[in-house]
Amino acid sequence: MAGPRHISVSETSRPVLPRHAKLKYDETRQVWVILAPERVLAPDEIAVEVLQLCNGERNVGDVADQLAAKYAAPRDAILTDVIAMLQDLADKGFLTEVREKTP
Amino acid sequence: MSDVLGNPIIPPDASDSLAVLEKQRSTAETFGIPLAVLLEITHRCPLQCPYCSNPVELDRAGKELTTEEWKKVLSELAEIGVLQVHFSGGEPTARKDLVELVKHASDVGLYTNLITSAVLLTRGRLSELADAGLCHVQISFQGTEDGLSDRVAGYKGAHYKKLEVAKWTRELDLPLTVNAVMHRQNLHQLPDIIQMAVDLDADRLEVANVQYYGWALKNRAALMPTVAQLDETTRIVEEARERLKGTLAIDYVVPDYYALRPKKCMGGWGRQFFNISPAGKVLPCHAAESITGLDFESVRSNHSIAWIWQNSDAFNRYRGTGWMKEPCKTCEFREIDFGGCRCQAFALTGDAANTDPACVLSPLHETIFKQAEREAEGETNRFLYRNFAGGTLEAETSENGENGA
Repeated sequence: MAGPRHISVSETSRPVLPRHAKLKYDETRQVWVILAPERVLAPDEIAVEVLQLCNGERNVGDVADQLAAKYAAPRDAILTDVIAMLQDLADKGFLTEVREKTP
Repeated sequence: MSDVLGNPIIPPDASDSLAVLEKQRSTAETFGIPLAVLLEITHRCPLQCPYCSNPVELDRAGKELTTEEWKKVLSELAEIGVLQVHFSGGEPTARKDLVELVKHASDVGLYTNLITSAVLLTRGRLSELADAGLCHVQISFQGTEDGLSDRVAGYKGAHYKKLEVAKWTRELDLPLTVNAVMHRQNLHQLPDIIQMAVDLDADRLEVANVQYYGWALKNRAALMPTVAQLDETTRIVEEARERLKGTLAIDYVVPDYYALRPKKCMGGWGRQFFNISPAGKVLPCHAAESITGLDFESVRSNHSIAWIWQNSDAFNRYRGTGWMKEPCKTCEFREIDFGGCRCQAFALTGDAANTDPACVLSPLHETIFKQAEREAEGETNRFLYRNFAGGTLEAETSENGENGA
């Protein structure tokens, strides 16, 4: 069955794009897009990087760790930004999360 | 960074939901290939809805593109930069090769939507479609209970079947859009339709007021809502949008007869949208064939789809603003609404280059508005059902209030 509505993104969530939201590089227009029902979203490059790290195994904290190391930036600020971006996506209905019990 | 996703490129308006990614300026100059294309793979349909958006002259089965032809179209679309396809009709599941077509679309990297009446689907076939890569299912509903819904659809048992298929859709973890076409005879069910969409665990609800071309124009007297009904509809939608934020997205299409400004139909002719008819015609709008005197090129011609989009006469005839007459020609809104809908201008004035009478600046606006208002208050409730025979008038029954009961 489908995941619940109203996902609340936190440091411990393990978000992943649901099957109906597909991240894809659009060769024709040379931009990254998220394809969703009747929508095409244009994520910026940081959002793309975050989403590529969200593989259902890493949690949001792990993603922030990686980005903080890569960009030598304060982890707290990055974590806040990552959560805000993912929550925005979740509110639009284009994010799901992997739960502990889910096989 | 919370805003990095930006606004959806496609605005929350189903009539305008197929847009291009380029910025407005470059679109105007280059007419970039649309992001999404509507594929009307057949006109066959077991339902007979009196507001069907198909042309009155339907393509018969023998004229339909073959499986191989559709596959070639899908490959070509992916190659030129189309990202999404909508399998629609008619009833797309009436084609036996639908699973094969969805599979091919997925293989060439297209995002696939199914726009269906649902009545021909089994759970097994839906599951095969999901396995073939189908990304999203949109099911049309005609109301919230059997009596009215089945009467509008002209198909006994339709409503029950739709509810069943909607449940399977969610069980298979496919996102669901409920499409509800609204008119005078079902607008009173709108609050229940919204609740039905929530109960069905739909992601989106399209509340689409009938647009009056083709079949719907023939049925205008039986379908046109009153001004009071529309005001109430808008209020209900706005309240529900607020209440259901994050649970159910609601797209709302208003009927343009009661508007002051016309809609930017199709995002402007030949700017953001094309569809392909069952027989393979490449059209600027699914109603475009109603405009006589335009020749539409086919995917069966020697031309590529990209060439047809860029260069064919039919696409260029009403592109931009150069074709306009007064009052559009010098109107400050000419690049905002592009003079409204060409099909509606043709149907109501006899010339597609006239201002859409939905616009208050059209000399015909007042007359048409008054006529619609009279029809809305009238007693005509019998439908002319859509079929290949040119339509069949509904029998007189107590339900349409015309047997004196």
